[in-house]
Amino acid sequence: MITIEDIIKEENKVFSKTKLLTDKTFSYCPGCGHGVAHRIIMEVIEEMGINEQTIGVAPVGCSVLAYDFMDVDMQQAAHGRAPAVATGISRVFPEKYVFTYQGDGDLAAIGTAETIHACSRAENIVIFFINNGIYGMTGGQMAPTTLVGMKTSTSPHGRDLHNMGFPIKITEMVAQLDGVQFVTRQSVHTPSAVRKTKKAVKKAFENIKNKKGVSFIEIVSNCNSGWKMTPVKSNEWMEENMFPVYPLGDIKG
Amino acid sequence: MAKIRGAVVVDVERCKGCVICVNACPTNVLNMSKEVNGKGYTYSFMENPEACTGCMSCSLVCPDVVITVYRMKVG
Amino acid sequence: MGELRLMKGNEAIAEAAIRCGCDAYFGYPITPQSEILEYLTLENPEPITGMVVLQAESEIAAINMVYGSSACGKKAMTSSSSPGISLKQEGISYIAGAELPALIVNVVRGGPGLGTIQPSQSDYFQSVKGGGHGDYKLIVLAPNSVQEQYDFVSLGFELAFKYRNPVLILSDGAIGQMMEKVELTDYIPRLSDEEVIKRTGSWATHGKPESRKHNIITSLNLQPEPQEQHNHHLQAKYKEIEEHELRYEKFHCEDAEYVFVAYGTSSRLCQKAIQLGRAKGLKLGMIRPITLFPYPTNPIKKAAKKAKAFLSVEMSAGQMVEDVRLAVNGKRPVEHYGRYGGMIPMPDEILEAMEELIAKVEKKAQKKAEKKAKKKAEKKAKKLAKKEKE
Repeated sequence: MITIEDIIKEENKVFSKTKLLTDKTFSYCPGCGHGVAHRIIMEVIEEMGINEQTIGVAPVGCSVLAYDFMDVDMQQAAHGRAPAVATGISRVFPEKYVFTYQGDGDLAAIGTAETIHACSRAENIVIFFINNGIYGMTGGQMAPTTLVGMKTSTSPHGRDLHNMGFPIKITEMVAQLDGVQFVTRQSVHTPSAVRKTKKAVKKAFENIKNKKGVSFIEIVSNCNSGWKMTPVKSNEWMEENMFPVYPLGDIKG
Repeated sequence: MAKIRGAVVVDVERCKGCVICVNACPTNVLNMSKEVNGKGYTYSFMENPEACTGCMSCSLVCPDVVITVYRMKVG
Repeated sequence: MGELRLMKGNEAIAEAAIRCGCDAYFGYPITPQSEILEYLTLENPEPITGMVVLQAESEIAAINMVYGSSACGKKAMTSSSSPGISLKQEGISYIAGAELPALIVNVVRGGPGLGTIQPSQSDYFQSVKGGGHGDYKLIVLAPNSVQEQYDFVSLGFELAFKYRNPVLILSDGAIGQMMEKVELTDYIPRLSDEEVIKRTGSWATHGKPESRKHNIITSLNLQPEPQEQHNHHLQAKYKEIEEHELRYEKFHCEDAEYVFVAYGTSSRLCQKAIQLGRAKGLKLGMIRPITLFPYPTNPIKKAAKKAKAFLSVEMSAGQMVEDVRLAVNGKRPVEHYGRYGGMIPMPDEILEAMEELIAKVEKKAQKKAEKKAKKKAEKKAKKLAKKEKE
């Protein structure tokens, strides 16, 4: 008779936390996709053995504290400016693996210019774009990617098309730029989605190695606190409402 | 015939009780505790350990990386 | 003696950057400083020295590129003119907060708003009293010649790395655009990556080796206590800078009764005004702050013991004059003379302003003396009357 103790042995371990995540508990809300995204990125960096050559940039947003959790050299950037900061790093250290980790407000509102121009210049970096359609850190305000009709604390009656316009599909915009090698939209809410996203992350870092310009990975994610749902419900809502507007899959490369 | 058995260890104090792993488990191994941890969250545990195949679905979606997975061939 | 070259002030900055081993320049065009970016792109130093030159999409992007590079321990700089420097203030505050060694050049033009493209000194407050948000100080160097434009680039980097603090060269459109001879220095090679890591490994981001903890560049503290601690640390650093890095110049101060205080272009105009005034027999002198932070408060205070009055001459509506008044602390009259909005005062105007001040001070002194004499005479008369009565 096999007991659980027989199974739980070092030689049988098939999954454990990557050593590139620190011991600090994530500051994110229960069920938030940031944690999975952090883990996948760090796993890929560990598996590729490039951690000593990696410099990350986390600007303002929920993930501004990413440097507390990712055990690589990190820079915190001003709101929206991560692609410019990453440019500054990559230009003086062209052999390094430089990535940004940005939210939707950061990347598609205040930092639109920095995003577009870093992509246009074909900076040799990876841009991670976490799109949950809301400003999480400041308490759930309307974001550039907030869906039409979606309720937030600054669109309490739902995003009104006439007043607030359309959500920006910046990932499709970025794919039009010649400096961008690889554009994909993924999610991290199911095991198979996580596997696909991890594959994309690996491809992106390999693109840096091969000096191919920008790789842009959007991760459509949940914000159960901002959306005011349970984590499980928020993932279902995301599939039903976010994916039709932000369909998953490779867009370029 | 060789059979795959698995087991998971949940870092109870770091679990935030989001239930995503319970939903992701294809063999209904996991459930949420009745008790709470030091932070006041319920946490996931193996309610039905016999069914675990060590497929890692739970650990792949766990947002707080609190699940360690073990797997072995038996028989 | 080094090679002599006739150069524009803006070109001198660019040439100095190449020669002093600068790693990266990020800029954006704006008059009257575009020659810096133009010169660097024409010289194209990257294949020779490895120095990166990049035209950014905005001043905001440029200063954030500087943030990224200097956080890697590299010598990075940017330049702009007033409206562009306003745009950079967020980044400058972050650089100060994260304690990064960066060099920023402001070739000032007239404001406010889009203003003019002509020279001005109306960004004094912005440069020394904050500019961006939070309690921070820049080390501010104020060149008054093309040679100093050149020299202050390497000095600026030296100070920036010594204190891990942003350094601002506060120039103006006159110095940026005028041509003078410059003595060039030899090329200093850029540091290799290994040297950069050795020099800045304790704090900069180079990629984390096994041997150390990860380096984090941030200006964020979610808790107020550590943020207050960080501010204490910054204030202590600024005090140390004040103690060690003050630079100023005295001009004909030995016997001066009336003293100009002026920096940059204004200080050159004052020199001429002093010459004109001395020819008329006026004992004029000048204190020229070379660093605007730290400010020569004590030298001005000391000069107030001998001097009768001070005239702060600025191409602004009167900004630095406040610091002269603080230094003099009410002991002597301090006035301001300035032209602004892109106008440059002529030396004779400046002298005229000084003569007015002198006349005012002398009239006051005369009145005081007369009053004193009158009082004395009255006292004497009273005494005499008393005696007569007796």
